[in-house]
Amino acid sequence: MKRAGLTIFDQGAPGRRALRIPGSDVPTEPLNKLIPEGLLRKTEPELPEVSQIELVRHYTALSNKNFGVDTGVYPLGSCTMKYNPRINEETARIPQLALSHPFQGEELSQGNLELIYDLAEILKAIVGLHSITLQPAAGAHGEFVGMLLIKKYFEEHGELDKRKVILLPDSAHGTNPASANIAGFTVVELPSDERGMVNMTALKERLNDTVAGIMLTVPNTLGIFEEDILEIARLVHEVGGFCYLDGANLNSIVGRVRPGDFGIDIVHFNLHKTFSTPHGGGGPGAGPVAVVEKLAPYLPVPAVVKQGDKYLLDDDRPKSIGRLHSYYGNFGILVRAYTYIRSLGDEGMSAVSGNAVLNANYLMNKLKVHYKLPFDRLCKHEFVLSGKDIAEGIHTMDIAKRLIDYGIHPPTVYFPLIVPEALMIEPTETVSKEELDELADAYIQISKEAKENPDLLKTAPHNMTVGRLDDVKAAREPVLRSPKKN
Amino acid sequence: MAYPEKFRYSKEHEWVKQEDGKARMGITNYAQDELGDVVYVELPAMGAKVKASDSFITVESVKAASDVFAPVSGKVVEVNRELESHPELVNQSPHERGWMAVLEMANPDELDKLMTAEEYEEYVGEL
Amino acid sequence: MSEYIPHTPEDQRQMLQSIGLRTLEDLFSDIPRTIVDRFEPVGLKPLSELEIKQHLNELASKNVDSTKFISFLGGGIYDHHVPSVVNHLITRSEFFTSYTPYQAEASQGTLTWMFEFQTLVCELTGMDVANASMYDGGSALAEAMLMAHHHTGKTKFLVAKSVHPHFQQITETYAWAADFKLVKIPQNERGQLDLEFIKKHANDKLGGVLVQTPNFFGVIEDLSGIKEMIGNALLCVSAHPLALGVIKSPGEFGADIVVSEGQVLGNAPNFGGPLVGLFACKQAYLRKMPGRISGRTSDHDGNIGYVMTLQTREQHIKRAKATSNICTNQALCALATTIYLATLGKKGFRELAELNVQKAHYLARELQKIPRLSLKWPQSPFFNEFAIQLPKRASSVLKKLRKHGILGGIDLSPNRFKNTFLVAVTEKRTREELDKFVHALQEVLR
Repeated sequence: MKRAGLTIFDQGAPGRRALRIPGSDVPTEPLNKLIPEGLLRKTEPELPEVSQIELVRHYTALSNKNFGVDTGVYPLGSCTMKYNPRINEETARIPQLALSHPFQGEELSQGNLELIYDLAEILKAIVGLHSITLQPAAGAHGEFVGMLLIKKYFEEHGELDKRKVILLPDSAHGTNPASANIAGFTVVELPSDERGMVNMTALKERLNDTVAGIMLTVPNTLGIFEEDILEIARLVHEVGGFCYLDGANLNSIVGRVRPGDFGIDIVHFNLHKTFSTPHGGGGPGAGPVAVVEKLAPYLPVPAVVKQGDKYLLDDDRPKSIGRLHSYYGNFGILVRAYTYIRSLGDEGMSAVSGNAVLNANYLMNKLKVHYKLPFDRLCKHEFVLSGKDIAEGIHTMDIAKRLIDYGIHPPTVYFPLIVPEALMIEPTETVSKEELDELADAYIQISKEAKENPDLLKTAPHNMTVGRLDDVKAAREPVLRSPKKN
Repeated sequence: MAYPEKFRYSKEHEWVKQEDGKARMGITNYAQDELGDVVYVELPAMGAKVKASDSFITVESVKAASDVFAPVSGKVVEVNRELESHPELVNQSPHERGWMAVLEMANPDELDKLMTAEEYEEYVGEL
Repeated sequence: MSEYIPHTPEDQRQMLQSIGLRTLEDLFSDIPRTIVDRFEPVGLKPLSELEIKQHLNELASKNVDSTKFISFLGGGIYDHHVPSVVNHLITRSEFFTSYTPYQAEASQGTLTWMFEFQTLVCELTGMDVANASMYDGGSALAEAMLMAHHHTGKTKFLVAKSVHPHFQQITETYAWAADFKLVKIPQNERGQLDLEFIKKHANDKLGGVLVQTPNFFGVIEDLSGIKEMIGNALLCVSAHPLALGVIKSPGEFGADIVVSEGQVLGNAPNFGGPLVGLFACKQAYLRKMPGRISGRTSDHDGNIGYVMTLQTREQHIKRAKATSNICTNQALCALATTIYLATLGKKGFRELAELNVQKAHYLARELQKIPRLSLKWPQSPFFNEFAIQLPKRASSVLKKLRKHGILGGIDLSPNRFKNTFLVAVTEKRTREELDKFVHALQEVLR
């Protein structure tokens, strides 16, 4: 049965309920004796009125309309959609962890603090840097912290009026320029060269003492390792700037190479990418930020420190940029990442990057005969094809939608911006060879269909509960909530 | 779609129509075609003063936000409120009902720096 | 080979061969040798699932088991009952192993509940539009300030001293980043906003006023008249979402932006994270609103469906010109909130809010019978949290209460109030527990 578009507000009937609220076991008073009449709510919020079974069926039906890593291959570039081990979910729900309160005090929270401390030590060792904060709730939140650390450093050193510029390549994630801008910097884009790497001539032209830093993604969003990274870092440091690494692509180098060893001063992690915490339909994630020693005094408060065999929350950091999260960050996500890293150990981490890169190169080699590969070289964990000129009138979006018919989640599309009609594919290490072969077959089949039966692509997808949805209508006449009841 | 003879055109694909010292402006047919379905036009504030080639309007499609530049300097004296509820007019009627703003020109000589219909047609032909 | 990686050595050999390489290391030949040579491992052995469970349980046991205590802790995070259906439904892996719904047709589940979430947030707050969540209540308030700036162009903001101190600190961080001026609104003798102060500072330089209700100290603010006072500046209200079951919504007071910490709506405390920030505003500011938004549309056959819409506001399109850098939000927590509110339903939501009011007021009445103990602001209304004034240092009293198996509340001495602590009561506290708290406190103060 096709029941497209129904919401929970379309179900149930007045008077139905999904939960009994206990009666009061204390003597009660009329509400207006406790709270002045003028402050009391007169119009009730229109919440659903459904029975429990209606509710369960509705959300079960919704879940069935979703594609997840557990549903099938999800090679969404730059997002590292790897398998989310179930053990992570179980450890995160251990009651003493999940039900602990942020204000219960250090004394009662030694287990939590020890876990945070140990995870911090491990993450620092993974990237080869001096200090870390686990407070940021997501990658972009981490980027913002990184930019603020640079800002604070220059403020402390009396150079803030001069250091205004953040450089970043034109292949950067959109969050990079947005984060730099919100931190008050001016963003200057660097062109990529014919190798898909930072154009060194352009970099040298832009480097001077107004530069506060450079934001890089290594390997970059084309999946290419910046071969000149040591030279880039040297040049940026020479003019007194910092090197920031967007750690979105850490999955390709974890356990093999440390950013601290190639001149990076600040790096954010995406624990929901590299360290397998579930993406949750768009969060919660976690975006810890590790830094070199000279930026350590500026990290957010509070920090978790160890004194003797006790773990403490340290608020007393006068040079800190301040607080970024209501409490200590996404602790539940930290538990999952910690569980995963301890499961892997060092050998597991190098196996992750090795097999992630193997999968990407294997798939790229199979596909480059059938699709345009603008940068044909060894890739890391992902690669970018172009859907341009695949067939007359066919766009990348058509290819993406047709993939859904094959039970494969589409890649990231139209990004990076420097590749026209981009298809950005990241299989991750948890995809098997058979799945990669099937994936390749689907792509190849679609490239043929594009020429022989283009309508099949243009009208895709065909077997979902809805066909291709009208984005233009949604944006022109925004309907952003269920109709109000009167 | 033909480019009206009496209009002047900028390299950034804005058109200008002179109306007694004032300049009515919008984006060209070429520009709307490149943008795709326009879903929103962020109009300038009335009375805003702009210099030629200042970005003063944003036109949005589903997946892009593009700047529209002032073809001449001047003060915004009229904006096309109809676009607030009907952004599609930019696609359907770029040179007429899809106009965006009227500027009281600070320096009408600036019009001479813009292209004629013939020049513009040649210009877009080479793009 | 790791249990999470399917390749056998034979798979790897074949795959490497097909791309003309011999070893996995060959795949990294593009990385400068000097970098590879500097690598040092962390020093961790892999652990089996059984070992991990044992290790994590041991770590967890180093926390004193707060579940064994009777807890009156609040301060933004509350110990509410989470109905069984919530966790059962959010752990359906089609929900939690998906990502941001970039491909709408394969993400109708996520996009539909986001649309429901937005509707629920509008209903609670009395606002026109809402986004699909922010990181937490604190960053949501800071983003409200940024949005008010983008709307008004002004850089001066008032923030109440009665706002959650951590939210104030986050706002300070964001204000410093953006070079804004923040002025703190004092509390009056009733623990509420000093309205005269707001009036005095309301001028054409002001971009917005940031307040919280009930405030951090539990006191319900009377927000009437503020919007009229501040003119074009935006009134940004951080509201306790469950309290909105009984108190007037900020929308009814003319608020422009309403944010909330949504943990109380179906999420575990989790030591303070992950949380979920609610964010809603008036229609007029929609184009400046941060975050993901799901919108209703249809396919060619007229079937209704949902897509992420108005994306041109966002960083992946506007890049350096975006008004916020937010990308990933707190989707799964927002899903829990959606299911939680649907489970409570229209009646249940109000009943639960009222139950919280009744239990908290019962405890307050009983506590006031203890000699030398009083409410800090006895004249002011509260929802389910209130401050009590003691004849002794709060820290020592709270420590002694722990010996009685009670987490009594939050010491307010770091927040300007000596000999005072904050007590929160949820529906989970039974009358027996409330009475036990009264007796224990009596004993401790004797």
